[in-house]
Amino acid sequence: MIEFPWLEVSLILAALGAVSVGCLRSPGRAYGWGLAITAAVFACTVPAWLQHYLGLKTSPHWSIQEALFGTIIFQLDELSAPLVPAVALLHFLTALATARTKMRRFSLSWSLASESIRLATFSCATPWVLIGLLIACAIPPFVELRNRGKSTVVYRLHMGLFVALLIIGWAAVEAAGNPAVAPSWAVIPLMAAVLIRCGAIPAHCWLTDWFENASFGNALLFVAPLTGVYAALRLVIPSSPDWVLLGIVSFSQATAIYAAAMAVFQVEARRFFAYLFLSHASLVLLGLELHTPLSLTGALCLWFSTILSLGGFGLTLRALEGRFGRLSLARHRGLYDHSPTLAVCFLLTGLGSVGFPGTLGFISTELLVDGASSASPVVGLVMVSAAALNGIAVLRVYFLLFAGARHTSTVSLEMGVRERMALLALAALVLCGGLFPQPGIATRYKAAEELLQQRHRHEVSDLADRPGAGNQPG
Amino acid sequence: MLDLGILKTWLGVVVIAAPTTLLALLGAAALLGWRLSERVITRCVHAAVGSGLLAALAVLIIMLADGSRHVDVQIGDWVKIPHYHFSVSFVFDRLSVPLAILSFVLSGTIAAFAARYLHREGGFNRFFTLYALFLLGMVAASLAGTIETLFAGWELVGLSSALLVGYYQDRPAPARNGIWVWVIYRVSDAALLLAAVVLHHLTGEGDFAQLCGHGPWPGGTASLTAGQALIVGLLLLLAAAGKSGLAPFSGWLPRAMEGPTPSSAIFYGALSVHLGAFLLLRVSPILECSMWLSAAIVILGLTTAVLAVLVGRVQTDIKSALCYASLVQVGIIVAEIGLGFRYLALVHLLGHACLRTLQFLRAPTLLHDHLQQVNAIGADALGSASDGQTTRLRSSRLHLWLYRFALERAYFDALLLAWVVEPCRRLFRCCDALERRWTDWLAGTRAAQLDITAVDPAGKHEDRLAS
Repeated sequence: MIEFPWLEVSLILAALGAVSVGCLRSPGRAYGWGLAITAAVFACTVPAWLQHYLGLKTSPHWSIQEALFGTIIFQLDELSAPLVPAVALLHFLTALATARTKMRRFSLSWSLASESIRLATFSCATPWVLIGLLIACAIPPFVELRNRGKSTVVYRLHMGLFVALLIIGWAAVEAAGNPAVAPSWAVIPLMAAVLIRCGAIPAHCWLTDWFENASFGNALLFVAPLTGVYAALRLVIPSSPDWVLLGIVSFSQATAIYAAAMAVFQVEARRFFAYLFLSHASLVLLGLELHTPLSLTGALCLWFSTILSLGGFGLTLRALEGRFGRLSLARHRGLYDHSPTLAVCFLLTGLGSVGFPGTLGFISTELLVDGASSASPVVGLVMVSAAALNGIAVLRVYFLLFAGARHTSTVSLEMGVRERMALLALAALVLCGGLFPQPGIATRYKAAEELLQQRHRHEVSDLADRPGAGNQPG
Repeated sequence: MLDLGILKTWLGVVVIAAPTTLLALLGAAALLGWRLSERVITRCVHAAVGSGLLAALAVLIIMLADGSRHVDVQIGDWVKIPHYHFSVSFVFDRLSVPLAILSFVLSGTIAAFAARYLHREGGFNRFFTLYALFLLGMVAASLAGTIETLFAGWELVGLSSALLVGYYQDRPAPARNGIWVWVIYRVSDAALLLAAVVLHHLTGEGDFAQLCGHGPWPGGTASLTAGQALIVGLLLLLAAAGKSGLAPFSGWLPRAMEGPTPSSAIFYGALSVHLGAFLLLRVSPILECSMWLSAAIVILGLTTAVLAVLVGRVQTDIKSALCYASLVQVGIIVAEIGLGFRYLALVHLLGHACLRTLQFLRAPTLLHDHLQQVNAIGADALGSASDGQTTRLRSSRLHLWLYRFALERAYFDALLLAWVVEPCRRLFRCCDALERRWTDWLAGTRAAQLDITAVDPAGKHEDRLAS
């Protein structure tokens, strides 16, 4: 079984599950099946990750991809190996924590369809296939908005621009032959596409609009894996010239600070979460674009930490919304006495995301700040400031939601069993990753080295392609 | 024959492991929703504090017996990759051992007091979970052998303090003050993190032994130039000022008194408020590299002390009066550090922490004590100086201005609100409104907004940050 094609099975299972769950009429049955399938998909991604970790390959006669396409398109590498199970876990726990009252609104069929596309995206490194999958990723949110009767204009405009720029950019880069010597007009659209997908200012409004209009679960699942950052890693970082990376760094710096400050002064919980997420995504992008071993390692760690911590944080906010509806942050609510475990999970996941000691985010932030400061003291200062502001935002919202007033309720507001399991699992991962970070950091460092080697290879080929390169001494 | 080196290492591990185990136990109970009885919690706390204290005392005795002044307990590399390593190490020396013992003694006293003071309170378990977090942070910061470990302890202390300020969760004022304290602490944390990163790059190491020279504290010579020391030192001074409530951050200290008396006593009267001074003591070889830095520290300490004297004299509640009295002493301790009197500052710190804890713990029974004194020696014998003071204060415009200045707590909070918080709030609320208009215009709709105007009326202008 160790040579079994676990990754391919998980992709097929998610796709088939989406179809089969969509055929079920009863929401209860659809939920049960959907939950079982997301669990099975997650269960398949774990051995897929283990296969990669142990250096094992899928047996050729088991390989479905080779039979279908004649080549391997979807496979794990150092970068994607832990991300794929993390994304699958987030899908499973989001489905698990869905309250009965929300089963009709949270479509497991569409969630599974999104999951299959997302897992395929994260296990693909072939540029055009990846671009196709990135475009496909943008479709389920559009359907979600339309099904909910919300305006899709903001989303359509931004994603339309993203798709157009992505296709134009990569086509132009390929036309140039070597991406490293592609003309500016070809690389700029690619950079702009990545920045739009990551929600960098000034093209970030689609993200707050998406959070305001979509169901919280789907909104979380769409943004938390940081698909835009993955696109940047696969399409931009290995081959783009330094000035492109510098441009992305500048936009990311501005976004990290602006979004963190906006999170501090927000008066709506969903917009607060959207800005908090934006700030984190920008920090990750910032670390990656600096392309030093330390900053890359820190950014990759922070990426993983963001998926788990902000995923858990989002689930606690979703659980609160399930009880009280849309949450205003303009007054104190005093919910601690009614749901203390929820409050603890809120605090733990929130502080985990901002790099509190003992959590996964701590060492990630340390590495990132250290790496960024060595690259540029200004970037280090920006990172520290953004992290400080994010910490203020999280605790401010904690005090607003869980303290400052006496809340009276005639019904129990404590967490349900499924919610508790989902949140405790994420909290445990955030804590264990924080207390024993070495294995995770070591694998992220290897991934960072691999990325830097890719970039180095491109730079060498760029030098070789330049006119007169052969006359260079030595 | 027992190897004393190994014994000291193991005892050092026990000192750290005791509060860690306590936090793991109480934290797991909080996370899993287990409700431990008061008796179980109290016993766990006593066991942890007792074992930690005994181990720390044993280390001290062995150090005195064998004449060693520096014991390094290397836990190992927490993270190690090429270009970076995060080693966890603890140092037992003349600075850290007294502070660790002080932390255990005062924490044990407070735990005994709080077990009765908070008996049958709804937040009993929460208080002791935060107490465990604080104790671990305090012990880790005291014994830290690297600046990264100190930073971790520093953050634990900050979080537990802010959450304890907001301990009473049914009123808005504690929550508002908790946010305020947290904001100041985050500024302080950011400064310390930046200092750590700068030091890491200047020296290539995070170990205090490398940063401050190899000699045992307070010896050692830092290998920084005057300019480098000034930059790093100013960042460290900013961190210390935030944590110890030095000017202009002193506004958080009276706000922190919103928490229960045991937390006020242990955090803001005794231990937490001295952490900034401890940081300056720990990096004192760096301070010696720059005369300007030392001068800045002296000036800041004395300014804080003078302002705290003025403000403290007009306070009308006992806890606020005590906290400003604490601040006077902290200011003087910081000035002593700037002047180079390391041992004097350390002894001053230890003595002041003990005295202030006693005063804070007696504060709730002040009226009772006063009546006892009246019964014993009579009201006339106690006397009253307040009338005379009031008459003097009314005597000139300068006195009136000073009175107003002190009553407004040197306008620090008002200035921070008016110059920092309010402009930022307006700017980002304006950005928010513009973004909404932009998306509404694109979508051709009017987005439904929540009750953003429903600001808690009890909060008045101070609610601006919270809202």
